Amino acid sequence: MTTLTKQPDPGLSAKAPRKREKPSDGVRGFGDLKVALFFIAPAMIGLILFYLVPTIRGIYLSFTEYSILGDPEWIGTRNYERIAKDPLFWNALSVTAEYVVINIVLQTALALGLAILMHRVAKSTIIRGALLMPYLMANVIAALLWFWMLDYQIGIINQIIEWTGLPRVAFFGSEQWAIPTQALINTWRHMGYTALLIFAGLQAIPNSVYEAASIDGSKALTTFWRITLPLLRPVLVLVLVVTVIGSFQVFDSVAVTTAGGPVNATRVLQFYIYQRAFNEQDFGYGSALAVILFLILAIVAFIQMKFLRGNQSDLD
Amino acid sequence: MMNKKAIGAFAVAAAAVLALSSCSGGNSGGSSGGDSAKGEINYWLWDANQLPAYQQCATDFTKTNPDITVKITQTGWDDYWSKLTNGMASGTAPDVFTDHLSKYPDFLKTKQLVALDDAVSKDNVELSQYNEGLADLWVGQDGKRYGLPKDWDTVALFYNQKMATDAGITPEQMGSLTWNAQDGGTYEKVIAHLSVDKNGKRGDEAGFDKDNVAVYGLGLPGSDAENAGQTQWSYLSATTGWTTTDKNPWGTHFNYDDKKLQDTIDWWASLSAKGYMPKLETTVGANAADNFGAGKAAINSNGSWMIGQYTSYKGIDLGIAPTPQGPDGKRASMFNGLADSVWAGTKKKDAAIKWVEYLGSAACQDVVASKAVVFPAITTSSEKAAVAFKAKNVDVSAFTQHVKDKTTFMVPITDNASKVSGIMKPAVDAVLAGKAPASSLTAANEQVNALFAK
Repeated sequence: MTTLTKQPDPGLSAKAPRKREKPSDGVRGFGDLKVALFFIAPAMIGLILFYLVPTIRGIYLSFTEYSILGDPEWIGTRNYERIAKDPLFWNALSVTAEYVVINIVLQTALALGLAILMHRVAKSTIIRGALLMPYLMANVIAALLWFWMLDYQIGIINQIIEWTGLPRVAFFGSEQWAIPTQALINTWRHMGYTALLIFAGLQAIPNSVYEAASIDGSKALTTFWRITLPLLRPVLVLVLVVTVIGSFQVFDSVAVTTAGGPVNATRVLQFYIYQRAFNEQDFGYGSALAVILFLILAIVAFIQMKFLRGNQSDLD
Repeated sequence: MMNKKAIGAFAVAAAAVLALSSCSGGNSGGSSGGDSAKGEINYWLWDANQLPAYQQCATDFTKTNPDITVKITQTGWDDYWSKLTNGMASGTAPDVFTDHLSKYPDFLKTKQLVALDDAVSKDNVELSQYNEGLADLWVGQDGKRYGLPKDWDTVALFYNQKMATDAGITPEQMGSLTWNAQDGGTYEKVIAHLSVDKNGKRGDEAGFDKDNVAVYGLGLPGSDAENAGQTQWSYLSATTGWTTTDKNPWGTHFNYDDKKLQDTIDWWASLSAKGYMPKLETTVGANAADNFGAGKAAINSNGSWMIGQYTSYKGIDLGIAPTPQGPDGKRASMFNGLADSVWAGTKKKDAAIKWVEYLGSAACQDVVASKAVVFPAITTSSEKAAVAFKAKNVDVSAFTQHVKDKTTFMVPITDNASKVSGIMKPAVDAVLAGKAPASSLTAANEQVNALFAK
């Protein structure tokens, strides 16, 4: 941000005198600060009002018993002690992890494949645009559409499965299938968007590198493993961090379809938080769960950044 | 740069989670100054089928009270309660709302309801006009009254008469079913006989293919553990002498560890395993009543508020049979009653109470009766509803018989209702899905009772 303010406006630079670029210190610098603060203010106020204050309040509430009606009552770390012994929390953690693994592995692999196809083969804007279509659909709509198509009794997919002579599958109803189904739906919705991000990364790799590789006699697959993937790493890390965080927070598609069931098969962390806070009016416990989710995401993101060296590029 | 961006991203994302929990409001109940008997009051209900009747009541009410208008909002059951609670917290809850026996204890605990005793005695509301027991259900542990009864419901068996006739089962047989948890009695025999596989073999014939069933003897909407099996299994478990809690209302100890209940649930779950009832996994997203309407099930146990829906299926010759007699030689049905309550945060208390009294009066309940959707709480209105049903060619005696024979038992009224259902639903689901024996409910019961221990 700070570097941007020092650069001249490209529209003005043609006419503006060169000295604008080097403002004298003191007065001008102070003026910049004022302007900067003015521009930052809306975002800052929003951040404080809607994120910082709620976050701190959420952390505070996690140490209380609070039913939304009435006043919060301080109970120290009792919520956290209860969570440690709560089988539904550990269940939520494991089904969420299962969801994230299936979702992220498939989504990233498919998106990478799609991005390469977009880069090499499908140059038409229409086809590239079409890949993004599922992402334009609201999560809830996408989930409900699939819920309907995969329905055990009336779903078209089960109709097709039956025609092929196989038994019908309770995609949402059986405990084994519920999470993979949810993960696949969200993979379907997000892979176009993820592919687009990776595609942008692919375009940033200079052609000269590929030319050099082909002169050296490198085969397509070797080029992919030795050149494309390593140079794509910073983008992939960004994609992974963002999609993993998003994946951990799966909620809406579960809420409108299985609502945690069958039994506890899709009671993912975020849905469990909602259930405890809003259905059972235990906002203290819900907040404590949310704080734990926050910490998990912080750790996961930190590990990803640290070990995949997301903030360095090999291009320089 | 990337590092900060990423940390920012998750901070923002996780903060959004926390933000959800922070929409607290200032209103913590208590009567708030204004007692105006004028203006517009807000009224909420959840059953869309009843909306026209109450809209009519509201219009009539404004005719006699020109200063007051009533704005009715209907919200489906699934969202109704969280919307209401959030409204109470943020100060935007309706002045008057339809209240449920299993939910109102939570509102009492947080002082969200207005006691109606003064108004009831001042305006001479005759409590004996209501069906026996209904008015007292709304008296809290503090001895005060928090709602006036509006209707009641019981449970019966909706069945497909053509399927029964084809199977050689007479209406008389359907009307005199027996049940026990060991062999299921004639109830299970009928269910088995009405189950038909893809090859046309019946459930009690050799070679019945339980994995390819065309028509299930008994439909399954889900475990319904959140309402103590109101329409699914409570009509059976109650005939064994089992009660949900140690006392009712205001029980503090649940009895899901009782063998009588566990045997009942085991028997019920066994129907799925035998192919007489759909598997739980196939009911996710499905509507049991619609499956009945589509001819995929022969019998559905359901509540009287569903009469309208079951009679509306074209091409289905509907029969309604009373629930089976159990080991104690009697039938049983959960008896549920709704009421209208006034929210403590209302700015128009006097007007709100007037509206509640009107909703609880014969004038409004006769209107509801004439629409033949539910049984109103007032005895005379209730009889009018039975006549209205008859005019529509629906014999509702299977429902009213429970009241006449006094074979009803009350919905369990306890604190912590939503937490109890949060524990019991997955537990009963697991049994129904065949993943755990009913004896696993003992562990869930311990968790439930721990809620009352502190």
